[in-house]
Amino acid sequence: MADLIEDSGAAGGNAPEYTVSEISGAVKRVVEGEFPHVRVRGELGRVSRPRSGHVYLDLKDERAVLSGVIWKGTAARLQTQPEEGLEVVATGRLTTFPGQSRYQLIIEDLRPAGQGALMALLEQRKKALAAEGLFDAARKRPLPYLPEVIGVVTSPSGAVIRDILHRLRDRFPRRVLIWPVAVQGERCAPEVANAIRGFNALPRGGAIPRPDLLIVARGGGSIEDLWGFNEEIVARAAAESAIPLVSAVGHETDTTLIDFVADRRAPTPTAAAELAVPVRLDLLSWLDGQGGRLTHAVSAAMARRGERLRDLARGLPRPETLVEWPRQRLDSLADRLPAALRAGVQARRVALSEAGGSLRPGLLARALAGERRRLETCGPRLAPALSRRVEAGREALARRADRLTLRPIESEIARGRQRLAEQGGRLDTAFARQVEAQRRRLESADRLRETLGYTATLKRGYAVVRGDGVVVTRKAEAAQARALEIEFADGRLAVGGRPRKPGDGAPPPEQGTLF
Amino acid sequence: MTEAKPVEQMSFEEAMRELETVVTQLERGDVALEESIRLYERGAELKARCETKLKEAEEKVAQITLDGQGQPTGTTPAGDL
Repeated sequence: MADLIEDSGAAGGNAPEYTVSEISGAVKRVVEGEFPHVRVRGELGRVSRPRSGHVYLDLKDERAVLSGVIWKGTAARLQTQPEEGLEVVATGRLTTFPGQSRYQLIIEDLRPAGQGALMALLEQRKKALAAEGLFDAARKRPLPYLPEVIGVVTSPSGAVIRDILHRLRDRFPRRVLIWPVAVQGERCAPEVANAIRGFNALPRGGAIPRPDLLIVARGGGSIEDLWGFNEEIVARAAAESAIPLVSAVGHETDTTLIDFVADRRAPTPTAAAELAVPVRLDLLSWLDGQGGRLTHAVSAAMARRGERLRDLARGLPRPETLVEWPRQRLDSLADRLPAALRAGVQARRVALSEAGGSLRPGLLARALAGERRRLETCGPRLAPALSRRVEAGREALARRADRLTLRPIESEIARGRQRLAEQGGRLDTAFARQVEAQRRRLESADRLRETLGYTATLKRGYAVVRGDGVVVTRKAEAAQARALEIEFADGRLAVGGRPRKPGDGAPPPEQGTLF
Repeated sequence: MTEAKPVEQMSFEEAMRELETVVTQLERGDVALEESIRLYERGAELKARCETKLKEAEEKVAQITLDGQGQPTGTTPAGDL
């Protein structure tokens, strides 16, 4: 032994030498040969689904992690879709991935590790949806009393749809629309969700009648079989359904996620049909009863009124008795009328004769004579009284006329004349002052004008240049003028224009430079 | 009163509810004669409406046909279920 170890240590150089690819290939063969079919239990860690359709995931326990891959074709067939946190048993083979010095499990089947794992997942989803308020009682709507059209989401073959139709037929035959779906397997959840949304998307009055009630039904099965109805997309589609929805999935003891969001949960498909419609025969007999009560109530009311009318009629007195007493009163009054008339006339005649007795002509004549005497004494005093009054007035007038003279009026005129003269003098002075002031303003304005005007500026040595009679301020304008004229303070000097003889007294023309 | 809605547009349940109200009112017996006649006529109409709805008890079962995308294309009569 010792030799052997020593030999191998010494003969290190003789060990076969692998390339990286060779050793990787050797490891691959060993791993694949040793683990062609294994079942591995663990919790699913990170699950990623790239666009390729393959699923990459980690299987883990407390101490180790194993990479796994599910090829696209396998993934589509899986009953349980991998989900992080799910306890699973994966079946497959181990292989290596030489490119990254890794080994991994190629998964061919993936099952939840017992019902406990699925129940735990379900509880987790229930909590999440309950927290969103999707199970609130306030969200539940009442089912229509008698739906015209019932939409059933289920498998078109099998006992479930037959049970529903059978019970509907017994109770109240209705129009039924079946939306066929897979009720287990991986197609189940998306198809059921699509069917619920599809029924809701049907327009009112369209070619396909829109149901007033939906039943989502499936027969009993294992928790794995019913798993599609625990998927979140199904629960959300049911919660969003505008059409009232009854769930009837599995047996009474199976509770799936859709049961919590449905408006009503039926323990079985048959029970769903019972929730959906009332019993027609019951309604017919109820209607008969109502008809009977209606007729009876009215006829009883009529009979009661008839009886009351007869009772009242009996209590009514005979017409003759009503007029007997007034007639008797009339007779008695008629008897008393002539006598009363006579007595009335007699009484008035007596009163007239009494009044007439005191009326005599002597009384009137005495009063008349008294008045006449008063008139006769007053008449003669009338004329003297009037002439006395006129005389007094005349005297008063004469006294007033004496006091009437012209003097106050004349002194008033003299005062007025004096005031007129005074005012005239003041007017003249004021006018002269005004004229003087205006003249001074004019003079000062003129002085200002001269200062501001250009002529003053000319005295300071500036000159004004005119070209063809117009003031020019720019060289370009001057260059274009035919003749220029310069104005100094003491006169104007023409430049250019008509040619002048030299020595003319004009400055040398500058056209040479201008043109 | 719920008489705003014409009887011929009522659902079975609406007609049923009002018929019950009408019958109860008439049975109480405290409505005036004119009103009771009007109520009776209304009740008779409602009863006829309920009868019509109960007579419309026809079973018709159809299955939705779907295209490749799962969209409904129409219906086909369901077989003997």
